[in-house]
Amino acid sequence: MRHTHLPLTIAITAILTAPSIWAETSTDAQVKNALKPSANWQGSLILEGAYFDRSTDADLHVEGMPTGGHNHGFKEGLHTGHNELVVSGKLSDKLKARATTAITEKPEGEGNGLEAELEEAFVETQGLGNGVTIKAGRFHSDLGYLSGKHNHEWDFADTPLVYQGMFGEHTNDDGVQLSYIAPTKQLLQVGTEVFAGEKFPSGKTDKTISAATLYAKTGGDIGTDHSWQAGIGHWQANDIRDRSSAAHNHAGATETPRFSGNSKINTINATYKWAPNGNAKERNLKLQAEYFRRNESGTVDMVEGDGTIAETTGYKGKQSGWYTQAIYQFKPHWRVGVRHDRLKINNSADDKDVLEEAGLHSAGHTPKRNSLMLDYTPREYSRWRLQFNEDKSTPETDKQVILQYTHSFGSHGAHGF
Amino acid sequence: MKRILLSFSLLCSNALAHADLNIFACEPEWGSLAQAIGSNKVTAYNATTGLQDPHHIEARPSLIAQARQADLLVCTGAELEIGWLPLLLEKSGNAVIQPGKPGHFMAAEQVQLLDIPAKVDRSMGDVHADGNPHIQTDPRRIVQVAKALAERMAQLDTANAAHYQQGYAQFNNRWQTAMQGWQQQAAGLRGTPVVVHHKSWVYLQDWLGLQAVATLEPKPGIPPTTAHLTSVLQQLQTTPAKFVIHSAYENPKSAQWLSGKAEIPVIMLPSTVGGTPAANDLFKLFDDIINRLTSSRT
Repeated sequence: MRHTHLPLTIAITAILTAPSIWAETSTDAQVKNALKPSANWQGSLILEGAYFDRSTDADLHVEGMPTGGHNHGFKEGLHTGHNELVVSGKLSDKLKARATTAITEKPEGEGNGLEAELEEAFVETQGLGNGVTIKAGRFHSDLGYLSGKHNHEWDFADTPLVYQGMFGEHTNDDGVQLSYIAPTKQLLQVGTEVFAGEKFPSGKTDKTISAATLYAKTGGDIGTDHSWQAGIGHWQANDIRDRSSAAHNHAGATETPRFSGNSKINTINATYKWAPNGNAKERNLKLQAEYFRRNESGTVDMVEGDGTIAETTGYKGKQSGWYTQAIYQFKPHWRVGVRHDRLKINNSADDKDVLEEAGLHSAGHTPKRNSLMLDYTPREYSRWRLQFNEDKSTPETDKQVILQYTHSFGSHGAHGF
Repeated sequence: MKRILLSFSLLCSNALAHADLNIFACEPEWGSLAQAIGSNKVTAYNATTGLQDPHHIEARPSLIAQARQADLLVCTGAELEIGWLPLLLEKSGNAVIQPGKPGHFMAAEQVQLLDIPAKVDRSMGDVHADGNPHIQTDPRRIVQVAKALAERMAQLDTANAAHYQQGYAQFNNRWQTAMQGWQQQAAGLRGTPVVVHHKSWVYLQDWLGLQAVATLEPKPGIPPTTAHLTSVLQQLQTTPAKFVIHSAYENPKSAQWLSGKAEIPVIMLPSTVGGTPAANDLFKLFDDIINRLTSSRT
């Protein structure tokens, strides 16, 4: 739960909604009118139910990958999944807002019951002019291709291994985004984001800005049947202080590894879509791939329960990963998909023992996963999905079956490319 | 990198500075109409083709790039583009084409709509709350849109206002003559019972006096089911129809199935410019529609 950053979100929202934005166009009456629920606010509730079964009981933590994300994997059996409550609407003719609350069952080991997390709460400009869009609050980063997409927009029931490893599932954080689209025939977009929310893989820093990104996207059509998009992105966090990972039990003593130093991620992605005559309703194909590489340098401390530092070492982290997937809609409402995931970890430290104790030693195993899915979408608001994973995140192969049902009530705006 | 991008974008905006009125047309009929009115003073980009279903378009990178540069957006409206146009407006970062601005022109707002529902809920299928948006199949409504569009173009590009008014006057003259021809040619169709795939021909029916006795879709936007097709076939035993109409972008299988069982011809009609090779402008579109309807008469 990261409710501690809520004040920041509110502050940013307040700044953006300050008179400079309102002055030009809005009167009190207009503001009141805009805030009337019936006028232009949309609400939607997206419910997910999932049945999950697996062949082993193994902990799927990837050896060598720093942890820190709040990962909601599927629980075995029939459970409610990732439910989203989305409220969005216009604040003025140039400003809109959106809030998404995720309601999920508590992860395994954290007891039973539901928990709510504010995934998004942002204001965004619309039609500012000259291709510029500004967003502020809590939002998903546009660094990668999947990074900006909600769970219910994913083509598989789970997120690629590389997203789990790099960001701990979601890339949302508190900050500001500035994006610019060039006046060109081929899409050319550049954007930058600054974050202050200390979200993994960043952490506490001495500065206000905990992480920053820079990204670019380009794309277009080839004839009427083909369209594509490609993007690059850079994420960086400097002077991270004491980013803690999950505690590891070694020989009875529980010590928590903490990383301090600099971290950066570089990424590249490409998406291609095919639809005969551009009429995707009948048949279409979507190919997509993303690659991420993280480099970290600094120190790792092993901290005991009472806060004393037991051991420390100089550390260089190198983790990379990619996935590639193909989704084919072979007839209206029916799609099949395949995905391959892979990670590569090559961390090093001055003191190898500490590296191993911290769970940052990869032990020579290459984590990978193959997935196969079939989904049926009888209406745009309801979808059944059956997915098989052959998960080799750990040396022991785990075979997984996921049956997922998603249903959305209300409307929440169209999905992007 | 940033400097290169900046100088690159400056270069592009300079190149466009003295250019024409840049029109983003959601459907080809509006691109064709804008071109007919504005001729050499406008550049029209069509976001869709006559072979695409305008309900189901993705906000692709190419469309975002085009919407970014548009001076005038010409779309059908009435929720036809609800699945993709709002996203384009959001992503474009373009101030002049936003709702409420003169650069935001919705054709459906210029004419009287049919099929306005008393209530809308999901059980009814994809019903548009404002009424049936498929207005482009009625030439009387096309010319109403043309008049409003010419005024809007004149308002946005005052230097060429006279040019647009003149363009409209010429178009109107040609159109009225052509419309008389189409009406004469199709006079015999008045009162003809037909089956349609989707409720996309209500304005054509209204104009020519065709009677749609059944639709292949059980509800708007819901693909035909075997059960529904069977019931349509049964219905045709008591209230026969003369032919089955589907548009160029719809899967012809259901229409062909019914055609075979009920022994009535299938007519594929272009729903817009580019729907068939012959329908390469607005005049040719209606030439082709009327030809196809009249040549299949039994």
